[in-house]
Amino acid sequence: MKKTYKIEVDCANCATKMEDAAKKTEGVADASVNFVLQKMTVEFVDGADPKEVMKVVLKNCKKVESDCEIEI
Amino acid sequence: MISLRKKQKKVLYRIIIAAILTIVVALAPIDYGEYHKEILFCLFLIPYLIIGYDILIKAAKGIGNGQAFDENFLMAVATIGAMILGVTYTGDYEEAVAVMIFYQIGELFQSIAVDQSRNSISKLMEIRPDSAFIEENGELTEVDPDEVEIGTVIVVRPGDRVPIDGVIVEGTSSLNTSALTGESIPRDVMEGDEVLSGCINLSGVLKIRTTKEFGESTVSKILDLVENASSRKAKTEAFITKFAKVYTPFVVGSALLLAIVPTLVQLGMGTDPEFQQWIYRALTFLVISCPCALVISIPLGFFAGLGGASREGVLVKGSNYLEMLSDVDVVVFDKTGTLTQGVFEVTDVSCNEIPRERLIEMAAAAESSSPHPIAASLVRAHGIDIDRSRVSDVEDIPGKGVIAKVDGVPVAVGNKRLMEHLGLEIEEVQATGTTVHVAIDGKFAGSITISDVVKPESHQAMEDLRKAGIKKTVMLTGDADAVAQKVASEIGIDEVYSQLLPADKLAKIENIIEENDGSAVAFVGDGINDAPSLVRSDIGITMGAIGSDAAIEASDVVIMDDDPRKIATSIGISRKTMKIINENIIFTLIVKFGFLGLAAVGVVDMWLAIIADVGVMIVAVLNSARALRYKLR
Repeated sequence: MKKTYKIEVDCANCATKMEDAAKKTEGVADASVNFVLQKMTVEFVDGADPKEVMKVVLKNCKKVESDCEIEI
Repeated sequence: MISLRKKQKKVLYRIIIAAILTIVVALAPIDYGEYHKEILFCLFLIPYLIIGYDILIKAAKGIGNGQAFDENFLMAVATIGAMILGVTYTGDYEEAVAVMIFYQIGELFQSIAVDQSRNSISKLMEIRPDSAFIEENGELTEVDPDEVEIGTVIVVRPGDRVPIDGVIVEGTSSLNTSALTGESIPRDVMEGDEVLSGCINLSGVLKIRTTKEFGESTVSKILDLVENASSRKAKTEAFITKFAKVYTPFVVGSALLLAIVPTLVQLGMGTDPEFQQWIYRALTFLVISCPCALVISIPLGFFAGLGGASREGVLVKGSNYLEMLSDVDVVVFDKTGTLTQGVFEVTDVSCNEIPRERLIEMAAAAESSSPHPIAASLVRAHGIDIDRSRVSDVEDIPGKGVIAKVDGVPVAVGNKRLMEHLGLEIEEVQATGTTVHVAIDGKFAGSITISDVVKPESHQAMEDLRKAGIKKTVMLTGDADAVAQKVASEIGIDEVYSQLLPADKLAKIENIIEENDGSAVAFVGDGINDAPSLVRSDIGITMGAIGSDAAIEASDVVIMDDDPRKIATSIGISRKTMKIINENIIFTLIVKFGFLGLAAVGVVDMWLAIIADVGVMIVAVLNSARALRYKLR
């Protein structure tokens, strides 16, 4: 399952870090951040609950870039 | 006019206040007496904290989360280091504050530039319909197009955009289809016609029964495609991401060595260690350690290139394809529908035993369910709607033709090979065009010649491609050699392969790819029956296929209208984009490494380093934005 979320992040390098953080989150098969469009596309592992996974994704992203936001 | 977001305004005010305070403190000719250095430090601390507090906080949080090479952390180390050197050694604090100010200017500029290019792209996306109207009890109700179910009748008033694909159940009007096709002449529509979302209703009220959900409708598909294009990252982008990950640790490592090694060497040699000087140089390194200029300008360049292409009516499905387009050396065309109109007309009929009308009627009936353009032209030539119930047992023989029963009588319509396959003798006809032979009830009955018309732009398209430096143009067709050669010489194509079965076309493409190892091969088709070739080639381009999901799915580049000159345009856009991106990479690397070198030998101080670092990013970002504009010739 693939879902796209609106994000807020101010620098391009931080966007890359968010992408890495999201990818490493359990339940995420793949993730890609589009800095210019301020969007994050997340592909979930089968059977994962997107809502729960995204909470962890946000937490992990906040760790690498405290100033970021994901609209879940 | 540039409008700033609240967050950006706040940063701008902080920059202005900090800059003014710094200038005042720096220029005030006051001697603070015994504790001059210390008092000055406290005074400079005010603008420093105003401009840098968020970076310091982020840096602290970063350490907590194990983000050692976070650029906030590095900026914090560089400026705090400079402050400490100021107190203990130089007495110079402006520098640390200035570095923070310039860094913030850079960040602010980057954020504004990204907003700007996002805005100019979203202008292209104004084709998104916000609402649909449903008639309920004689009154129009506005609803979210997302909530309209398939089969609902929606009302589209003049001036409105058709929100969802459907079929007209009531009303006549003309539609402006330019958002989908680039075609500026309005299309007249009436009851029973299919309409695609994204068109603008010009004259009459239309009632449309939706055939798709909003998300599956043409307009959503196109927007999706444009929006997601930059998610498919190009090789260059992947390289930059990798580079960025190594660059920062490399610079930080070098800074550490620079701070320690020379001092140790000087100690070892017994000379006075100048460790403050080396630490200062190391701190200058940290100022140049962010790969921001590259990380921001490369994706922005691709994004602008994709935007520029869609402005020209060319949808490129990913940055990777935009990158690949610039390497194209060979362009292979499917003839029908790309170089020719794909609209066939019956130009010649030869028959002896039965009347001409009868021959066309039987052929049209047998072909009535085929999607092939020849079938459509036969049906058109017949002129009367065919009752499908008269036709049964339809068998499609790829590359040969169709066999069916019409009114119970077996009818075969197809090329020479079909007749050979059926073991029938044919009478040769002398006409240029595609000749279909008709056999009725096991007997050869006559031939119908159909000709396709070359698009008026095809000749110019070949010229443009040659000018763009394309090495070879190739045309593939299932048509007879005579027809193929005539079309080829008319439009000036380099190589022709004729009489190909659909499977042959794929094999030919594979051949061409093998022969031209090292250069990219593009295949241009109309999306009908050529999906395998589109997928197999390095770049699959479809033309005029808006509305056909399968064609859009199979191709990498979609040209919205059916103008073959747009192929050279797309290649031009991609080359311009790649040139800009390469300029940015080279320019940024030269400046960064140049300044690292100069900082190491002490020629460049921290001031210059930060100005160079922010400057290079601004130049690169502005350069990237150029990719949005492409001028023909």
